[in-house]
Amino acid sequence: MAIHKVCGIETEYGIHVPGGDGNPITASSMLVNAYATEAERRTDWDFEDETPANDARGFTREGTLAPVVETHLANTVLTNGARYYVDHAHPEYSSPECADPLSLVLYDKAGEEVLRRSMRAAAHVFPGTPPVVVYKNNSDGKGNSYGCHENYLVDRSVPFAKIAAAVVPHFVTRQIFTGAGKVGAETTAVDKSKVTYQISQRAEFFEEVIGLETTLKRPIVNTRDEPHADPRRFRRLHVIVGDANLSEVATLLKVGTTALVLSMVEDDVAPHRDLTPADPVRAMHQVSTDLTLGRPLTMADGSTATALAVQWELYTTARKYADHHGLEPLGGDDVGEQVLQRWEAVLHGLEQDPSTLSRQLDWVAKLRIVEGYRERHGCEWGDSRLSAVDLQYHDLRPERSLYALVGMERLVDDAAVAAAVTTPPRDTRAWFRGQCLARWPESVVTANWDSLVFDLGTDPLRRVPMMDPLRGTAAHTEALLESSATPAQLLERLSA
Amino acid sequence: MAERELKRRSVPARTETEVVEEAPAVSERGEKIKAELDDLMDEIDEVLEDNAEEFVRNYVQKGGQ
Repeated sequence: MAIHKVCGIETEYGIHVPGGDGNPITASSMLVNAYATEAERRTDWDFEDETPANDARGFTREGTLAPVVETHLANTVLTNGARYYVDHAHPEYSSPECADPLSLVLYDKAGEEVLRRSMRAAAHVFPGTPPVVVYKNNSDGKGNSYGCHENYLVDRSVPFAKIAAAVVPHFVTRQIFTGAGKVGAETTAVDKSKVTYQISQRAEFFEEVIGLETTLKRPIVNTRDEPHADPRRFRRLHVIVGDANLSEVATLLKVGTTALVLSMVEDDVAPHRDLTPADPVRAMHQVSTDLTLGRPLTMADGSTATALAVQWELYTTARKYADHHGLEPLGGDDVGEQVLQRWEAVLHGLEQDPSTLSRQLDWVAKLRIVEGYRERHGCEWGDSRLSAVDLQYHDLRPERSLYALVGMERLVDDAAVAAAVTTPPRDTRAWFRGQCLARWPESVVTANWDSLVFDLGTDPLRRVPMMDPLRGTAAHTEALLESSATPAQLLERLSA
Repeated sequence: MAERELKRRSVPARTETEVVEEAPAVSERGEKIKAELDDLMDEIDEVLEDNAEEFVRNYVQKGGQ
């Protein structure tokens, strides 16, 4: 029986400081520190009535020095259970552990809101410095990529080689609905003179089938073995091939279909033919650059199949799997059925006319406005205005975001997203982490994925391990937390 | 062989009738789609970065995973 596919998404955001000194670490640290000092501590903070210009005047305190940007401290755990920090030169939001793909859509969107609030908080905390602008994308168009990584809880008893073999066909072809779209090409992996638009931002950056790297020679299957949970029972499959999606439908499908493929591996269910491409890396580049979705891939067994045909095969296998095994690993029938029905509908749409999905899929939405812009202004491919449209699709500022203008279909509402910025999911250990941080921020000295460390002021530091992502839920700990007046009481009851 | 089966299964049987029924409305629908895109393009023209060339040139992101 497949285990519950607890999941999460880590997003490295792009940042741009018009008129700034060009130091991305400083800019990233400003965002994270400003959020940690202003937004997170002051949950009643009302940013809506503020404007950056007014903020600068209102918050300049006479006789005080401007706050110093602490670049080595930009690492924080939020009360919604997420981690928010500076990774290399980007602000990164790692969602809390979620128990189903729809919950992850919500917490991924909450991450965008955290970054939006950070932009406004930075204007308050560091008045007079040029504003930092945040983009949710994966490439700068100049050969530099940054990641949006997914994580899935898998059963340790399943051999890794079996998992790797099963996910390769999916990772090569799922980009036809997970792709965020990109104007042009930027590596030697594809022919820049011929490629005007790609389905995926990330695909052309992949050079190996399997490996440990994340920044060089990126592999389709990443082998990092760091479960952040009981290593005897669990693995965490770390997936680095994905694009960062603004589309909620695309995120639901990215996570939901992958969770289904992994559940099938654990239950020994496989498509009735091998769907592995002969050269997965080349196939990945080919799928990204084929806007017709019609060019067949050469398979390892000598046959051919399009990316769509591979996805149809995976879908029909998953449909049968769900009918026989149920959808518990996806978090239940409601969410599981939603994923399957969406998967089928999107494959039909792609097959008949992709443009019908311009409010569901990022790459289709972006292609529509890029083509529209080209036609209106008579631009040639290569015109920087088209690249500007591409970048600005991902701009998180509400008044600048082209994604927001398109009016994409929503799966979660704004009120739920706002609540998810500060409240953890009830059905994973993120609940315990977030609740302890919200109640006793001064006593929690360290919060990791799999433990909390308390300082009670008297004893040595006390560590609370959380080795199972499905324990520490509201069902397990809400009553305990409610009835504990102090962290000392909580720890006493936990060890009783 | 397997691929042919797959294609047949994936095309819904109702496609043909749908196309026939909707034919008279196609031009009207096409007009609506075009008008929507025109409005969207007006809005994009309003918010797109003024100096696209400089914006695109200066958007550089190093040190990512």
